[in-house]
Amino acid sequence: MIDPLLLTVYILIFPGFLFLLAYSLFFQYIDRKLAARMQHRVGPPLLQPLADFIKTLGKEVIDVKGVDRGAFSAAPLIALAAVMTAFLYIPIIGASPLAFQGDLILVLYLMTLPTLTLFVVGWLSRNVFACVGAIRSVTQLFIYEVPFFLVMLAPALMAGTWSVSEIVAWQQAHPWCAVLQPIGFVIALIALQAKLERTPFDIPEAETEIVAGPWTEMTGHRLALMKLAFDVSLVTGSALITALFLGGPEVPWVITPAWLAALAGFGLFLVKTLAVLFILSTLRVATGRIRLDQLNDIGWKYIAGAAVFQVALVLVMNAWWVQP
Amino acid sequence: MVEVMVPIGPQHPALKEPVNFRIYVEGEKIVRLDLDLSYNHRGIEKAAEERNFIRVLPLLERVCGICSHSHATVFAKGIEEIMDLEVPARAQYIRTIMAELERMHSHLLWLGVAAHEIGFNTLLMWTWRDREAVLDTLEEMSGNRVHYNMNEIGGVRLDLSEKQVAAAQQRLPLLEDRIAQYVDMVSHQETMLIRFRGVGKLSKEEILKYGTVGPTARASGVDYDVRRDDSYLVYDEVPWNVVTDSSGDVYGRTKVRIGELSESLKIVRHCIENLPEGPVRVASTPKMAPKGEILSRYEAPRGELAHFIRTNGTDKAERLDIRTPTLANWTSVAKALVNQNLADIPVIVAAIDPCLSCTSRMTVIDTGTQAQGSISWEELVRKCRARYGMGVQP
Repeated sequence: MIDPLLLTVYILIFPGFLFLLAYSLFFQYIDRKLAARMQHRVGPPLLQPLADFIKTLGKEVIDVKGVDRGAFSAAPLIALAAVMTAFLYIPIIGASPLAFQGDLILVLYLMTLPTLTLFVVGWLSRNVFACVGAIRSVTQLFIYEVPFFLVMLAPALMAGTWSVSEIVAWQQAHPWCAVLQPIGFVIALIALQAKLERTPFDIPEAETEIVAGPWTEMTGHRLALMKLAFDVSLVTGSALITALFLGGPEVPWVITPAWLAALAGFGLFLVKTLAVLFILSTLRVATGRIRLDQLNDIGWKYIAGAAVFQVALVLVMNAWWVQP
Repeated sequence: MVEVMVPIGPQHPALKEPVNFRIYVEGEKIVRLDLDLSYNHRGIEKAAEERNFIRVLPLLERVCGICSHSHATVFAKGIEEIMDLEVPARAQYIRTIMAELERMHSHLLWLGVAAHEIGFNTLLMWTWRDREAVLDTLEEMSGNRVHYNMNEIGGVRLDLSEKQVAAAQQRLPLLEDRIAQYVDMVSHQETMLIRFRGVGKLSKEEILKYGTVGPTARASGVDYDVRRDDSYLVYDEVPWNVVTDSSGDVYGRTKVRIGELSESLKIVRHCIENLPEGPVRVASTPKMAPKGEILSRYEAPRGELAHFIRTNGTDKAERLDIRTPTLANWTSVAKALVNQNLADIPVIVAAIDPCLSCTSRMTVIDTGTQAQGSISWEELVRKCRARYGMGVQP
């Protein structure tokens, strides 16, 4: 068991909450900068996401008449707390000290919460745009969540463990899951994009159709925290995909001393998550928004089918090929 | 399912100008819609009747920020016909160059807006970047990016120098290159294809029934273009083609506009290369126009634009009636939207390239019953007198 002081530092400072918040703002910067350069724009300066966050925090909070203020204010906090907690179970510099059998399920569950709170916010808003957006976001949830869960569980099936840290350790001795399960890797990226409601899946917040969807009535610190929750969600999602499919922070060679190994692992983590972000940003820039009924068709006909196929393939591989 | 009314406008992120749609939806399907067009009536027709022919042209450019040259040219063309003036060839060529550059910047702007409506912001950034090349050319030639103010009755205000022509010529290969890229993009970009194909379909019969004009009509296979069918300026001397398409949906309208971009480029290139020598305006323009009536027609970027002008022997028009292409196209939008998805509203509306403030008409609304209607001239005068006193002249 780890020293309680070290554990506190791990959770609160590095690589826990403080690092996570800083990294998610940096992530947002990279995402915006990449998109800007691809669109032939200059893009924001490094500290722009932080400045935006602080400015939005200080803005006036407007309460909609007749809306439950408590629920409205709590929603962003629940969303933020959920995704920040999820991050703790993902290995950043070696195995997570909080790891247990089944933490993968917990992480997947916690990552679903932001969308659900967004639905609640939209539903509570008493605003037609927010309502339509809320219904859209929950409809979209049912489309991407099934394939997302299926392909996220496939590495667990292959490694024979339900702990994210142990799946990472398994990949040290075997090829990466992205190599063994390419279909699953691609679906995981697509579903993560849909989960974060980024183009081409920004259907629930389609600006030109329904103003800002569930976000319409969010103001001040509520908006700032909800936006931050989705930024953190982007980091957590990328880190999860990195851990499950790209071998996480594990270094394939033996490095001594231990601190150098941890540093190398951390470096690998940064490189891999940024690589995932690069793919997601490119997807965002290269596409327009599709329609909900089209997403429904694509999601259930092709993506869900391919996810089931991937899981079946993993079961077959387990039986004949990979013997742990 | 319960019908829900979704209000779009007068303030809404999808709208660049004020308009109000009240859309009744069942789930995501549109059942019907009500339109309110007029939020920005500026009284330009009346103001134009108060100004002489020199002062009226800059005013008419203000009807529309994008097709400013169209409004000035169609008016000047009408007055010149009434005055029986022979405009020098060089002036006609310069007007044509401006008109086609204007069409290019309008269509590039439209392409970006249409892409933005489906959330494809990359294309918006790219087309608006390339549109700058066109605007730079226009600015070099006229001194202004938007309201060029090139027209005068009897010719154009400024001549083109060798240097200006050379600079314009230099930009053309770049634009040609980019337009080719967009042609390729429209037929291959997957999200644009699935969002544009089969959306907002209008048949040829419907187009003719609702009197739709411009690229919207041509996208449904109506082979009609004022530039060819009632030729003006120098369009009968320049080799070019009317672009049509048979698909009748937003995809077709996109293809027609991109096709017109290439055609406009061809026209500009031809005019620049074959610019005749000579004066750019008639030696002396008469101040007064003889009594007469004329319907002057013009193919603006959005479709057929018509100015009805009545003169009465003075230096002012007695009556000017402006029929902008957007007014002709609105009814087809109301038709095209029914049974479509809520998500397709922005792109179907954008597909006619609406120019709302140019289209504003007066509506009479009873503040008590909310009833809407029109009003006769006599009744308007009577009501004005009742309110503002007997000094109001009819």
